[in-house]
Amino acid sequence: MQLVFEKSVSGKRGYRNPASDVGHLASIPGKYQREQECGLPEVSELDVVRHFTLLSQQNFSVDTQFYPLGSCTMKYNPKFTERIAQMPEFAGLHPLLPQLKQGEKLAQGALEVLYEMEQLLCAITGMDNFTMQPLAGAHGELTGVMMMAAYHKAKGNKKKYIIIPDSAHGTNPATAAIAGYEIISVPSDKHGVMSLDELKKNLSDEVAGLMITCPDTHGIFHSQIDEIARLVHSVDGLMYYDGANLNAVLGRFRPGDVGFDVMHINLHKTFSTPHGGGGPGSGPVGVTKKLVPYLPVSRVIKRADGTCALNYDYPDSIGYIASFYGNFGIILRAYAYILLLGKEGLKETTDHAVLNANYIRGRLKDHFELAYDRLCMHEAVFSASRQAKRGVHALDIAKFLIDEGIHPPTVYFPLTVKESIMVEPTESESRQTIDHFIEVMLKIDELSKTQPEAVTDRPRSTPVSRPDEVKAARDVNTNYFGKG
Amino acid sequence: MEVVDHYLYTKEHEWVSIEDSIATIGITDYAQEALGDITFVEFPGVGDEVEQFEEFASIESVKAANDIFAPISGKIIEVNTRLESDPGLINKSAFEKGWIAKVQMSDKEEASNLMTAEEYQKFLESIG
Amino acid sequence: MASFIANTPADVEAMLKTIGVSSIDELFADIKRSHAPKSFNIPAGKSEFEVTGHIARLAAKNAAGLIPFIGGGYYDHFIPAAVTALISRGEFATAYTPYQPECSQGTLQALYEYQSAVCTLTGMEVTNASLYDGGTALYEAAMMAARLTGRHKIIMDGGVSPIYRKILKTYTSNLHYEFTETPVVHGQSDRGQIMKLLDNDTAAVILQNPNFFGAIDDHADIAAKAHEQGALVIQSIYPVALGLLKTPGEMDVDIVTGEGQSLGLPLNFGGPYLGIIATRKKFIRAMPGRIVGQTVDKNGKRCFVNTLQAREQHIRREKATSNICTNVSLCAVQSLIYMSLLGKEGLKELAQLNLDKAEFARREIEKVPGVAVKRSSPTFNEFTVVLPKDASRVVEAMIAKGFAAGFPLGQYYPGMENYMIVAVTEKRTKEEILAYVKSLKEILCN
Repeated sequence: MQLVFEKSVSGKRGYRNPASDVGHLASIPGKYQREQECGLPEVSELDVVRHFTLLSQQNFSVDTQFYPLGSCTMKYNPKFTERIAQMPEFAGLHPLLPQLKQGEKLAQGALEVLYEMEQLLCAITGMDNFTMQPLAGAHGELTGVMMMAAYHKAKGNKKKYIIIPDSAHGTNPATAAIAGYEIISVPSDKHGVMSLDELKKNLSDEVAGLMITCPDTHGIFHSQIDEIARLVHSVDGLMYYDGANLNAVLGRFRPGDVGFDVMHINLHKTFSTPHGGGGPGSGPVGVTKKLVPYLPVSRVIKRADGTCALNYDYPDSIGYIASFYGNFGIILRAYAYILLLGKEGLKETTDHAVLNANYIRGRLKDHFELAYDRLCMHEAVFSASRQAKRGVHALDIAKFLIDEGIHPPTVYFPLTVKESIMVEPTESESRQTIDHFIEVMLKIDELSKTQPEAVTDRPRSTPVSRPDEVKAARDVNTNYFGKG
Repeated sequence: MEVVDHYLYTKEHEWVSIEDSIATIGITDYAQEALGDITFVEFPGVGDEVEQFEEFASIESVKAANDIFAPISGKIIEVNTRLESDPGLINKSAFEKGWIAKVQMSDKEEASNLMTAEEYQKFLESIG
Repeated sequence: MASFIANTPADVEAMLKTIGVSSIDELFADIKRSHAPKSFNIPAGKSEFEVTGHIARLAAKNAAGLIPFIGGGYYDHFIPAAVTALISRGEFATAYTPYQPECSQGTLQALYEYQSAVCTLTGMEVTNASLYDGGTALYEAAMMAARLTGRHKIIMDGGVSPIYRKILKTYTSNLHYEFTETPVVHGQSDRGQIMKLLDNDTAAVILQNPNFFGAIDDHADIAAKAHEQGALVIQSIYPVALGLLKTPGEMDVDIVTGEGQSLGLPLNFGGPYLGIIATRKKFIRAMPGRIVGQTVDKNGKRCFVNTLQAREQHIRREKATSNICTNVSLCAVQSLIYMSLLGKEGLKELAQLNLDKAEFARREIEKVPGVAVKRSSPTFNEFTVVLPKDASRVVEAMIAKGFAAGFPLGQYYPGMENYMIVAVTEKRTKEEILAYVKSLKEILCN
């Protein structure tokens, strides 16, 4: 499809600005003016509407396809939250208003949303306090690890390492490295969870903490998670919980109850805010009392008269990790979602997420090798190694699914499983949808035995097929205007 | 898996070919295959000092980015600028046209820390 | 049955049978009884009607009727209806990161177009598919400059947003960087100080245009001096102003950052916003975040993919350029739609409109006895006003009159307690501006 720039016709106009009701009063002095033309397109509003409508139709999305991407929690994004997010009293609220004198009066509703969210997230996770500021999960991870560093600095601890399971998401080691730590990677044991023996070998006084998710990226809950916490605490290390998999444990388990000191949540996963093709997200961070002094500022407090305000008076705070109070528009959507579901709704969400994943595991395990042959939680991890021996790799399976109108599961992650296929159906998918997915997977397995070439060389039904990623990296072209 | 007889090797799959006190460095066939189609090479600067077994360059493919470790200490006297426009040369000719850098060796004794072609071959077999 | 659960009790029974357990509880066997939640005090769920009503009541507690003359990097611009309509399409909003290019060409092509739009707007060669916001983008740029030069000293112009400067300080507090701030002279960057500090240990000079006081500048001379010393220049920009202003590309700036909120994103009380970063082609691999590239598919058809991923966290892990994973893709596409609707003439016109409105407001405000408007340097749509008394009290009184009159500078610039910055966008009508000035006069003359 043509680029919007290629549809440009000189002189065409889209949106019309209002005329000036104050006349033409000023000019930018010559030496401060731009000389280089700005090449934004010249297209009509109808051109724009058609262009982006057609572009959108080239996407798979939760609204149009089953999207079982493991580790991403692609659940249905409720439309009522969109309507709420567009309420002008929230959408039009300037972030600097509460920083004016008595300014909190101007944003009481918004501050209350933030405050209430913190309380709800504490109740859900067992943490003592939350900050809504981090703008994505990875941002939350960095905030959390910075607080861990502040804790150790305040105690005079000399800490050098952070322990991370080898099955972890890439943001964990990247975050630890940015925060100035060296990573010790600990392997999984034969049950698919972090090896306790290996952990013990690597624990020392120089370990600042452990970053782990539970269930882990194999979809398995570590039944000795409390023992791990005890071990890490014994060297005055801190326990970091990566909340990406929280959808598996709502109402069944709270990280704060078993010894986690700090955690982040991905609102765009567990609490159903839309993924947007890669964001925006929101990664609020929760802490236990140990780490509360280090939370970033500003913090939302509730005063004796019941009103909310911003407080900056925290001398041990790590400071400002974002410009304002968090991705408010995203937080508002998640808040509405939690209020709608309520206590029982959240529990049912987890129950059905885990049910759906185990159903897939149960029906496919005789055909696709299970990474770990045991109950899973909200995601099931298979290995396509059997099919790979017949010439059909995880990538081929993914591309075949596209032709069947199903977004592929996550492939080649976690790195610990060869030819991995990570399936997370979520609770919003019905048995009928899942059965269809299973039928297609069974068909793929069958074809891999009888007609592997029918599975490779896919997809065939999409506008493009098998982009040349090597060329994209060698002949870098990221800008229509030719320079890069 | 191709292995060149008169070269020396490291466990990180670099090769070095020594003539007088000039060492030519590259990555082995095993390494290029593991990386996949190579898209970019980050060279050290000409004139930089490098130390044996320290990182001195990096190679990118679509699916990975790997650090390359110097098999030998010395001063970089030349880098293979052809790889700027054709990084795929490493895939096509890892031991010859795909060489990465030339080093003026500072310590000839260091060669004894490296594997011979035969030892490297055995090493490849052991890692399967 | 809770909202959004898809299975009926009959489905559940059949599925449990297939799995080989008799209840859902059995699926949670790995969670020991000792791990069970100590409490789960969430209120009972409500209907969509009730939740919407509850939140509407909270919305009414916000002062939405205030006429905003407040900016500080975040501006009340008009968002055409087509932007909202298009970005609300489920195919854009409910898609994931485009890891499977064949079923994400919509997002990928839109991001390529966004990248192209940002490049032409700023005069730079390459950009990425977004960072979180203007503040974190500035931090990433500083780290990028440090990586590229291998140096540790950073010169920070005092006209750079104090909000952004705080973020930089927070992130670098445990790292070995040396920040020196230079003052603002007659509103603009202090060349004398900057040139004095520039040496061959400087990684970067960080500037902003227009700066926090609203002043416009041409930083080409600073860039030239910096380059002589092997240092890089980072400039934080205001996208709408670039409809008229000299671009950072034309000033030979090395890394551009900015807040893209003014390009069709609502104010949203702090987010989601849009972090812009752009740079020279030769620095592309040092730039964090996702980048979309053009290529061809197996049939030679043009298409788009995430490229240069080897730099990112999911591949490079602890050696990644940044830990960023989720960015603000939808906001980037939203700004592209806005930029396409406005087009090259529309953006130029919009910038001129902002300039004219601000100039009108300035002239009227100047007439108020006791009030001075800083005119030592040209400005765009924001300018500095000096009041005869504490600006925060004046602003407080103006709220009662229905105006968010400006942003008092005292909390960020000691000694400037009587100063405030006032922003005037195309949305401010002549009537609103005159009413503002009338109220200001009333307050000051009492």
